[in-house]
Formats: sequence, structure tokens, C-alpha cells
Amino acid sequence: MRNRPRLYVSYASEMALLPTWTQKVAALVFLVFLVLIPFGVIPGLGFLADNDWLKILSRVSIFAIGALGLHLLSGLAGQVSLGHAFFVGIGAYTAAILGGEVGKGTWGLGLPIWIWLPAAGIVAALIGALIAPTAVRVRGIYLAIVTLGLVFVGEWLFRSLPFITGGAQAGRKFPTFEFRFWQEEVPFLDFTSDGPWFGIQMTSEAKIYILLLVFVIIAVIIAKNIQRTRVGRAFMSIRDRDIAAEVMGVADTKHKVMAFALSSALAGVTGALMGAFVGRLVPEGFSLFLSIQFVAALLIGGIGTVTGTLLGATFVLVLPRVVQDLTGLLASTAQTGSGWTAAVANFFVSTAEGDPGIVSTLPGTSPGLNIAQFNLLLYGLLLIAFLIFEPLGLYGIWIRIRNYWKSWPFTY
Amino acid sequence: MTTRRTALTFDHSAEQGTYEHLLQFEDVSLSFKGLKALDDVSFHVDDGELFAIIGPNGAGKTSTFNCINGVYKPQQGAIRWKGENILGRRPDRVAKLGVSRTFQNIELFAHMTVLENITLGRHVRTKTSWWDGALWIGPAKKEELANRAVVEDIIDLLEIARWRKYHVGMLPYGVQKRVELGRALAMEPELLLLDEPVAGMNLEETEDMARFILDIREELGIAMILVEHDMGLVMDIADRVMVIDFGKRIATGIPSEIQNDPNVIKAYLGEEMDS
Repeated sequence: MRNRPRLYVSYASEMALLPTWTQKVAALVFLVFLVLIPFGVIPGLGFLADNDWLKILSRVSIFAIGALGLHLLSGLAGQVSLGHAFFVGIGAYTAAILGGEVGKGTWGLGLPIWIWLPAAGIVAALIGALIAPTAVRVRGIYLAIVTLGLVFVGEWLFRSLPFITGGAQAGRKFPTFEFRFWQEEVPFLDFTSDGPWFGIQMTSEAKIYILLLVFVIIAVIIAKNIQRTRVGRAFMSIRDRDIAAEVMGVADTKHKVMAFALSSALAGVTGALMGAFVGRLVPEGFSLFLSIQFVAALLIGGIGTVTGTLLGATFVLVLPRVVQDLTGLLASTAQTGSGWTAAVANFFVSTAEGDPGIVSTLPGTSPGLNIAQFNLLLYGLLLIAFLIFEPLGLYGIWIRIRNYWKSWPFTY
Repeated sequence: MTTRRTALTFDHSAEQGTYEHLLQFEDVSLSFKGLKALDDVSFHVDDGELFAIIGPNGAGKTSTFNCINGVYKPQQGAIRWKGENILGRRPDRVAKLGVSRTFQNIELFAHMTVLENITLGRHVRTKTSWWDGALWIGPAKKEELANRAVVEDIIDLLEIARWRKYHVGMLPYGVQKRVELGRALAMEPELLLLDEPVAGMNLEETEDMARFILDIREELGIAMILVEHDMGLVMDIADRVMVIDFGKRIATGIPSEIQNDPNVIKAYLGEEMDS
């Protein structure tokens, strides 16, 4: 063994989540990187410590948990679902009822986070398990349609229950990231105010970012572990060949229902965290667009892999900000620059009334799309492009880069 | 080289002798609308026996398998597993009894690795729940490690070690057939249904597969039903042979009887026209 330090000598070390030292070190370095982000000490990436960017990264964490849920259902078990937003909504409102303030216009029991957060997952899972037996009688595109219906039923339901959801366009307040043992006045752990932690001055945004990072890491470990054990294998076998899976002893419906429940649980947790993070949500938020975002994250990142799901979640949420920044940059180039750069910028953005361009920085109607519309268009184009050119998504691109350098300077 | 198969035991002897036949087909009839796929077929298989079913294309061989597995539900008759009628049970319930199978057209899980495919065969022999698995604690980890030991023994037996981590979709046909056999074995079955294990293989691959089948029989003592068109293979390794044609049983017997049975010759070669 002395001369072959990297030889596997047990199945346990070969089957570990991070089997090689390279992977262990890389994971550790990445983790340290993520933890250091809010302190602005990373050269070149100090801007990520801005509250704006920290909020985006926190949203990525929240969104990634739900995306991992959809990964279990669609990526592993192969059941296409457009109803993910519905379960996010269920989770959000479960958290709101249990953790919301007592004695306001909307229901609230004022219970602490260690009740409302798990409960959001459990209630969503139960409803998922209730709906699944009916839903999984159909498969493929038909299942997509059934789950699509779920989103609309959900949206209608949320709008017509104002005592829970606050009603259309008004919304309601959600519980916050304050850790209490019970309903005492002062929380023992508070993420909603600035202040020092272990002698380090931290903003509320930085604290929440770290908290959500912990949650997403737990979700990643759960998803990875499910994937490599009995239930995950059963999911994948149903995805690949359901008849053969049944003949090999995998109970088809049972595992599909289980996949639905697990995926809904993670969606529910996402909903609860989203509510707590934003503070106030309107029922219209749990719409088809949210479902599409989840599906887009999976497809763009690389369906069927945890890494791909995380990449996709990051991409889908960071993209709008990048588009916004780029548009701003182009707008200023178009107005103040000169020569061909200004001409190109002027082609893309419309900065004044009557100025043609693809994206408009003007409020209201003008030629060109506003930034939100442009993002929608971009999601669509990217989805099509990835499905046609790189079905393995960003993860597939990464694998190709890795394999290229693995064998470099040889071609294979 | 000494064989070291500690994990693969396949000891089902405890129950043996408490029943008449391991599997018994009693007057099974299966029809699809007007077409009779199986017509009053009866046969039985005993412990450790290698039973072969032969017959021309469309005779009902694979349908027989699908009836045993519970994929098809015959309209008449009974399928007895150790004396108990299992007709109409769901496929996964039948698998749980200890009936495993390979398919004529490979039905592997294409996006899973060889390891994952074979480990999936362990599904009915394991019971890790999702929460144990999600946390990778105690029982789940122990079971996964035990699984791996069994799977590695099977990989060793079938000589597919070098493809262990490959996705099965990328593997050559002959290897895929072996992986499928491995997946079926991982269940530690009492009865193994082999649907044309050497179809489309060259002589060398056929001989390899025959060797594996004989190894499995000798070392593990599993009863097998073999559906195969390669007559040389069937006559060489089968204990008893049943011939069916158009869903009807024509003959059952030891290979030498079958080879000389006039009805069998008629079914395979056709009969002279009476003028």
C-alpha cells in the first residue's frame, strides 16, 4: 500500500461521496470559497459581497433546494412535472400559517422555525403523495399536462383563500429567519438584523446567505445519497425501462409516488424559505413561470445529475442579473460612446423614445422588450439550444472540458 | 486461481422438499383477442433443473415467460410456485418470490452503469428505506457495502470487471447480455428465466455464455428455464426439453428423445405433402 497510496482497499472508501483526494480537496476549496464570499476577501470577486449579489446568491440556494427536488422526480425517476410551483406554494403557505404572526388579517400561529420549516416539507410531501397515485397513471407528455393543471388549480386556490394567502396582488407576510425555542420575545439566533458573530461584523444578508448555504449543502447530500442507494436506483430503473424494473422487483407505482413525495418535500422547503427570505409573497408568484424556471434549471444544467442541477439553478437565477448589467453597460455605451462600439450597443438597446433596439431600458411601452421579457425569451432560446446541441447541459460541457484536459495533449 | 465466493451463497435448501415442484404450469391458456398464444400448456420445473423450451418463432416461448413473471395474465389454468398459485400476481411480487429473468432484446437500464444495473438486481433482497439511504447511516451503509461484495462476486463470475463503471448503453452486445445475466443473478433467484441468452452471438461468445450458464448451475444450483434457438446449445446443456408450436405443447422429454420425436421434426422441418 505504501507505494500505491491512492489504491482503494475497501468498498467503503471507493463508494464514498468524494472517493478521490482531488475531489475531497476541490470540494473543500469550493466550500471555503463559498463561505468567504460575503466577506469580500476573494480577489476579483469582491463585488459578490454586495448585498444585491448576496441576495441573488441566497436565492440561488433556495431555488437549488427545489431544483434538487425536481431532480429526484424528473432527473432520476423520469417523471416530467410542470407542477413544481404548486408544491412550492403549498410549502410557503404551510410555513406562513404555522409561523406567521398571530392576530393579523391572515392566519398565523406564531410557531418557531424548527416547526414551520420541516412542516412545510412534510405537508407538501403528503399532498404530493395524495396526488401522485392519480397523476402517475399517465406518463411522459400526458403527465406534464396533468401536473400543468395542478399549477392552475393551485394559483386559483391561493387567490381565493385570502385569509391564508392575503389575496391576489396583496399577499401576506411570512415568518422570518429568527430561531426561537418557543414563542419567547427575543430569539436566540437572529438572522434578520446586522451585528457581530464571533467578533466578526456581519450584515443580515451575509448571515442569511450562510444559513441558506448550510441548508443547500444538506439538500445536496440528501439528494446524492438517495441517488446512490436502493431507492435512487429504483427511480432510475423506472426512468430507463419500467417493465424490466418491475420484473426485477421494483414496485412501479410505489416508487413513482415516493419520488413525487420526496420532490414535493424539497419544493415545500423551498417555498417556506422563499417566503421567509422575501418577507412578503403574492399568490401569483407560484405560477407556471416558476415551474418553467425549475425545468429550465434542470435542462440547462444537465438532467439527471446533482452537479448539473446546481449549475442550472445558478445559471437560471444569475442570468437575469447579468442581462440587466449588460443592458446597462450597453445603454451607457450607446449614449456616451462613439465609433462602432456605440453603433453595436445602439443596435441592441433602445434608450430613447422611437429608438429601435432589442432590449429597452425605458419604462413602459417602447420598441423593444423590457428586461424581464427579454429574460423570458432568453430562457426559451437557451432551452431549445441546450436540448438540441447539448442535451447533457452545462454539466455535459464541463465533462467534455475535463476529458479534454485529462488526455491532453492527446486527443483521446 | 482459487475461487473465493463468500458473498454468493444462494442457499435455498431449507424449504426444499416441502413442495412437489418448484414451478408448475397447469393447463395454461393465454389469448390476445382472437389469437391463442398459449393453449393448454402444462409443464413443471424442479429444483436445480435446467429446463429448455424450444419451438419455432411465435410459438409462445416468450409468452410463457411473461406469464410466469406476471407481465401477461393468462385466462385459464394455474401457475404454481412451490404449490401456491401465483397467477395474476404483479411482476414485482413474483420477483420477490425468487424468479429472475433476462430478456430476448436486452432490457438493461441504459443510463446506469454496469455496477448500478447489477446492484439494482439486489432490490428485492434489500430493504434500505429512503431516509436511511438519504443519510447514509448505519443499516443503509452496511447494506450497500454487503451489496457491493455480492455484485463484485457476480462481476468476477461473469468476467466483466473491466466494464464495471461504464454506462451499459456504450457496451458491446455480448457484454450487455452478460450484464443482464449478472443483474438477474444479483437477485439470488431460485428460478432463472433465460430468454435466448446467445441470440445473435458468434461461436466464441456462445461458448462463453454456455460456460457461464453451466457455472451458475454447478456453483449456485439455480433452477433455470432456457428459451433458445441454438439447438446445439440446448441439446448439450438441458436436462429436459419442451417443444411448443402455435401455443401447443408438442413434446417434453430428455434431449435425446426430443431429437427423435416425429412430431418435433414435423414442427421444425414441416411435413411432406400427402398427394
